[in-house]
Amino acid sequence: MPQWLMQKKRAGRIHKSKLPEMEKRKWPLYEVFIRSKSGLNHKHVGSLHAADPHMAIQNARDVYTRRQEGISIWVVESKFITASNPEDQDMLFDPAIDKVYRHPTFYNLPDDVKHI
Amino acid sequence: MSNTEYFEKRFQQRIDADERIEPRDWMPDSYRKTLIRQMSQHAHSEVVGMLPEGNWITRAPSLKRKLALLAKVQDEAGHGLYLYAATETLGIDREELLDQLHTGQAKYSSIFNYPTLNWADIGAIGWLVDGAAIMNQIPLCRCSFGPYARAMVRICKEESFHQRQGFEIMMTLCNGTKEQKAMAQDALNRWWWPSLMMFGPSDKDSTHSAQSMKWKIKRFTNDELRQRFVDITVPQADILGIRVPDPDLKYNSETQQYKFGPIDWDEFWRVVHGDGPCNKERLEARIKAHEKGKWVRDAAMAYAEKKSRQNTQIKVA
Repeated sequence: MPQWLMQKKRAGRIHKSKLPEMEKRKWPLYEVFIRSKSGLNHKHVGSLHAADPHMAIQNARDVYTRRQEGISIWVVESKFITASNPEDQDMLFDPAIDKVYRHPTFYNLPDDVKHI
Repeated sequence: MSNTEYFEKRFQQRIDADERIEPRDWMPDSYRKTLIRQMSQHAHSEVVGMLPEGNWITRAPSLKRKLALLAKVQDEAGHGLYLYAATETLGIDREELLDQLHTGQAKYSSIFNYPTLNWADIGAIGWLVDGAAIMNQIPLCRCSFGPYARAMVRICKEESFHQRQGFEIMMTLCNGTKEQKAMAQDALNRWWWPSLMMFGPSDKDSTHSAQSMKWKIKRFTNDELRQRFVDITVPQADILGIRVPDPDLKYNSETQQYKFGPIDWDEFWRVVHGDGPCNKERLEARIKAHEKGKWVRDAAMAYAEKKSRQNTQIKVA
């Protein structure tokens, strides 16, 4: 939770709120992945709340496939996803920048060599 | 240069280079707050926006119209959900967002505080209100915050049917009896000015505009979008054969734009601050729906917990 939000909560600026009561048992967040047609991979489309995975599938069907956007749905509770840290972006991905020899165009071949 | 200054500078450089900001990237607290305010307000508008139209689902004049209206209202629930989910990526809970709506801390679009008096209003809402919403939303598809922009792409795709079904309703009324055409004119009279107000205060009075433009949350000013809406919509009214209720409306062939009369900003602020025709009714309906749904949410959660306990027991055994 961002700092400002915690400060605001501590400062008690939320009036007439029913938060404490609601907070105890809220529906967890699920990430939704849809396969748009056979032969393609499942792709992340968004997230939603549901009481259990079965309900998450039903909700995903209503929220994300009202116009034939999919033929298959995956859901996974958001807390089970481990993501790379944006601050590690350079460390993780920069090393690939200067590895041009990993691409076919790096190699010089005479024009009359065919099928290669 | 302090750490924060360095981060802020790098953040602005990314924005200037038209890069998208994703939820886990560093962002200034004020950027986060602005987005939470705007996106949640947008989500609330979709959800409250179902109320004026929901009123007419059971009163639709034909099965075709009823199916279309049901689908439109269902879309709006979906749009609310996309937007809530996108807002939650900024680190705020759904419960807190709803709480802000129900306690009046967060706003929703004032247009939904006007009543839908007859069937023609459903046509006018689709044509004008959804038309104005689309005008506002298309530039948001390029908003600097990734989850908001992606939600808007889906929403814009789905919303064009909303506007077309509205125009078709108006068209049918305008080609009908004298009384039906009068209904269409009456609906246009009542929805025209509130629709122009949907673009928000005039640029000179808009507190958030300049900063939002710099952050590329907004791409055009309120007045620019409002002008574009008028220029597009007036010729559509001509096709319907009804008149926009503005005695000062005049086409300027030099600028190729319509000059329109003054907007009643007193009315705008009155409705924003809670004194519109339906503010109380809308909020009460929202809160009632939320509270009456509580046992369903609780029961679903209790069932899910029981199932998961049973599963663990089976594994242990």
